[in-house]
Amino acid sequence: MALTGLEIFKLLPKTNCKKCGMPTCLAFAMQLAQKRAKLEDCPDVSEDSKQALAAAAAPPMRKVTFGTADNQLSIGQETVLFRHEEKFYSPTVVAVTVSDKLTGQDLKNRIEAINSLQFERVGTQIGAGAIAVINDSTDPAAFASVAEMVKQSSNLALILVSDSPDAIFAAVDKTKDSVPLLAAATADTAETMAKIAKENNCPLVARAESIESLSELTEKIKSQGAEDIVLCLHAESLRDKLYNLTRMRVLSLKKVFRPLGYPTISFIADGDPSQQAAIATSLICKYSGIVVVDTVEPYAFLPMLTARMNIFSDPQKPVQVEPKVYPIGEPDENSPMMFTTNFSLTYYTVESDVEASRIPSYILVVDTEGTSVLTAYSGDKLNEKTVADAMAKHNVESLVKHRRLIIPGYVAVMSGKLEEATNWEIMVGPRECSMLPKYLKEVWK
Amino acid sequence: MPVPEIVESFTGQVNRITLGATKEQGGSRSSTITIGGAKNVVYGGSVDDASERPVIAIDVIDTAPEDWPEPLFEPYKDVAASPTDWAKKAVDEFGADLICIKFDGIHPDKADKDAAHAVKVTDDVLKAVGVPLVLWGSGNDEKDNQVMPKVSEAAKGENCLIGTVTEDNYKSLTAIALADNHHLITHAPLDINIAKQVNILVSDMGFPLEKIVTFQATGALGYGIEYAYSIQERQRLAALGGDKMMSMPMICDVGYESWRVKEAKLADAPGWGPVEDRGPMWEATTAICLLQAGADIIRMRHPKAVAVVKNFIDKLWS
Repeated sequence: MALTGLEIFKLLPKTNCKKCGMPTCLAFAMQLAQKRAKLEDCPDVSEDSKQALAAAAAPPMRKVTFGTADNQLSIGQETVLFRHEEKFYSPTVVAVTVSDKLTGQDLKNRIEAINSLQFERVGTQIGAGAIAVINDSTDPAAFASVAEMVKQSSNLALILVSDSPDAIFAAVDKTKDSVPLLAAATADTAETMAKIAKENNCPLVARAESIESLSELTEKIKSQGAEDIVLCLHAESLRDKLYNLTRMRVLSLKKVFRPLGYPTISFIADGDPSQQAAIATSLICKYSGIVVVDTVEPYAFLPMLTARMNIFSDPQKPVQVEPKVYPIGEPDENSPMMFTTNFSLTYYTVESDVEASRIPSYILVVDTEGTSVLTAYSGDKLNEKTVADAMAKHNVESLVKHRRLIIPGYVAVMSGKLEEATNWEIMVGPRECSMLPKYLKEVWK
Repeated sequence: MPVPEIVESFTGQVNRITLGATKEQGGSRSSTITIGGAKNVVYGGSVDDASERPVIAIDVIDTAPEDWPEPLFEPYKDVAASPTDWAKKAVDEFGADLICIKFDGIHPDKADKDAAHAVKVTDDVLKAVGVPLVLWGSGNDEKDNQVMPKVSEAAKGENCLIGTVTEDNYKSLTAIALADNHHLITHAPLDINIAKQVNILVSDMGFPLEKIVTFQATGALGYGIEYAYSIQERQRLAALGGDKMMSMPMICDVGYESWRVKEAKLADAPGWGPVEDRGPMWEATTAICLLQAGADIIRMRHPKAVAVVKNFIDKLWS
C-alpha cells in the first residue's frame, strides 16, 4: 500500500538541502507520495530508506509465475475483493492431478485426457493450465519418473505435489528447466523445501492448518531467501476454506499484511465430476489462484472455465463480438437479413432467439464499440450511415437476393433515413428479441 | 507478526423474509421458508454473519412446454401436461424448496390462455404441494395485468412471492399484492439504478420494503453472467451500507436462461462431453456462480442441476 507524504518524510534525510530541486524534504516527500518525483532525485537517501520505500511500493499480493514458454502462468497480484471495483487480474489456473502410481498406458491416457481439455470460446482458447503430479506412491524415484514423463508428454505447467523433501528434490532434478511449482512446505520441512525452491528458482507452496501458522510459515520460508510463495490453507471443510480464503484476501489487500501477501492454491480431492466443478467454480469466484481437480470430464471443465473467463473479464470493457455477418443455421439467398450491435450480450441474445426460431438467417453485426442498441443509437454510433457502411463493407447484397432488412424495434425511428441511405425496404422487428421467432414465422413470411 | 483483526464497518443487513403461510397463519402451506438476513458479504466475517440458507424454486410451467431441449424435457415428460403432477414431482423427487409457477401459457404469443386457466393452475398446485409458491407472470404487461391480479386473489392468505413488476408496469400488481398480503418481485434489466427506482416506485404506493425480493435479471454462464454477478454484489454491499431501498433478498432465473444457450443443449458437440451431463452442469454452474454473488432464491429446472446445487448449499449452509 502506498505511503503517505508524512510517512515518506520520516525516511528522508531531513536536511532540506534542496538538491532534489524542492525547497524542503517535506515538499519532496509530498511530491513522492503523489508519484510526481522520483526517489533517485535525492542523492543522500540511505539504503535502508530505499528498501523501505521499495517494499511499501510493492503490490499487496505478490505475483508468482511458474511454467515456461507458452505455458508460463502468472497468479496473484490481485488488487480488489470485488470485480466491479477494478477487475480481477490473474485468471485462476485450473490444474488436474496425475498420480505417480500410474504407469505405462494408463499414465499416457491420463496425460492425453488432460492435454485435450482445451476449448475455444468467443475466439479465445481456454483450458486446463497445469498438471499436478501427486506423490501417492511415496517413492521419490517413481515420483521423479512420472514428473519427467509428464514434462515430456505435455506442454502444460507442472505442479509437484509431495510432503517429502526427498521426493521433491528428486522430481525437481528432472524438471527444473520447466519451472514447476513445488507443493508443499510445512512447518516441519520449511527450511529444506525453501532451499530446494531457491536453488532451482521454483516457486513454493506453503501449507498450514490455520491462518496464523500459515503466516509464520511464509515468514520462515522468506527468511530462507525463497520469496515466490503460494498459500495453501488446509481446511476441515469447504466452508472453512471459503471463509478463510476471503479473510486472507482481506488481510493481504486491505490490511497489507505481508505474510499473507501471496496467491493461493486449493485442492479439490473428492466428489463426482459435477461436484468438483461446482466447488471449483466457487473457488474461482472467491479468491483461489489455482484450483486442482481430479476430474477430466469435458462437461465439467467447459462450464468451469467459462465461469473463470466471465468472472475475470474486465468490467470496464464491454465484451464485443467481431463485426461481420453471422449465418445462423444454413441461410440461403432468400433468408432474412437483420442487424444488431457488437455488444456481446446483445448479439448472443439475438443469436439465441434466432436459433430458437429454427429459421436460417443472417445477422449483420454493426460495430457500435460494444454498446447495446439503445445506447449506441443515443450515442450516434448506430445510425443510417454506420448501418449502410456495415452493409457495404460486409457485402450483404451478395448474400441475399431480396432487399429487405429487419431492424431492431427500438430504432424504428431510423427506418426512413435508413431506407434512403440503402435503398432497402426496412422492416421494423420486435423490440424484445424474444419475440423474434414469432416475428420471423409470421411477419417475415 | 500477529495477524491483524478485521473490523467491519457495515451498518445494515439484508432483510430477512418468510414466504408461505401455514394453517395457523391463515394459509395452507405445510412449511414456510425464511431467506435473507446476511450481515456481511458472501463468506465474509464469520458463519454467523451469513444469510439464511439459499433456496431453490423449481419451475412448473402452467402449460406443457413445447420448446424445451430434449435433455431438459426428459425428466418432466410424464408430468408436463399436468402442473399438479409436475409440482409434486419437483417437491417429492427433486427436493424443491419452493415451486415457481411460470405462467408462460397466458402469453398472447404463446397459448394465450385466460385468467380462469391461471387461477385453476394456482388452486390445483396449492392443493398438490405444501411448499410456498412463487407466482411469475408471462412478461407481457397487458396480459399480466389482466391475469396476475386474479392469480394473486386465488392465492390470498398463502403469503406467496408474486411478480414481476417493472419500472413501466408496476401499479396493478403492486396494489393487488398489497391487498392480498403477498411478497413482491421487483424486476430491473441488469441496471442497478433502475432496480432501486422500481423499489422506490412500489414503496411510494405503500408497499412495505420488507416484503420485496429483487430480480436484477439473470445472464447465463457465458452469456452475460458477469453483469448479474456484479450487480448482485453491489446490491449486497448497498444493503450492508444501510441503503434501505436496496436491502432486499435476491432471486435469479437460472433455469430459463441457462437452457437457452447452445453449450447447454447442443447434442452434436465433439469434445464438449455428453449433452445429458453438460446441460445440467451449465445450469448448476450458473447457479453456483450467482450464489457467490449473494443470491437468496434460485429458479431452476433440471433435477441433476438442482442436486448439484443443493449438495453445494449443504456444504456451506448447514
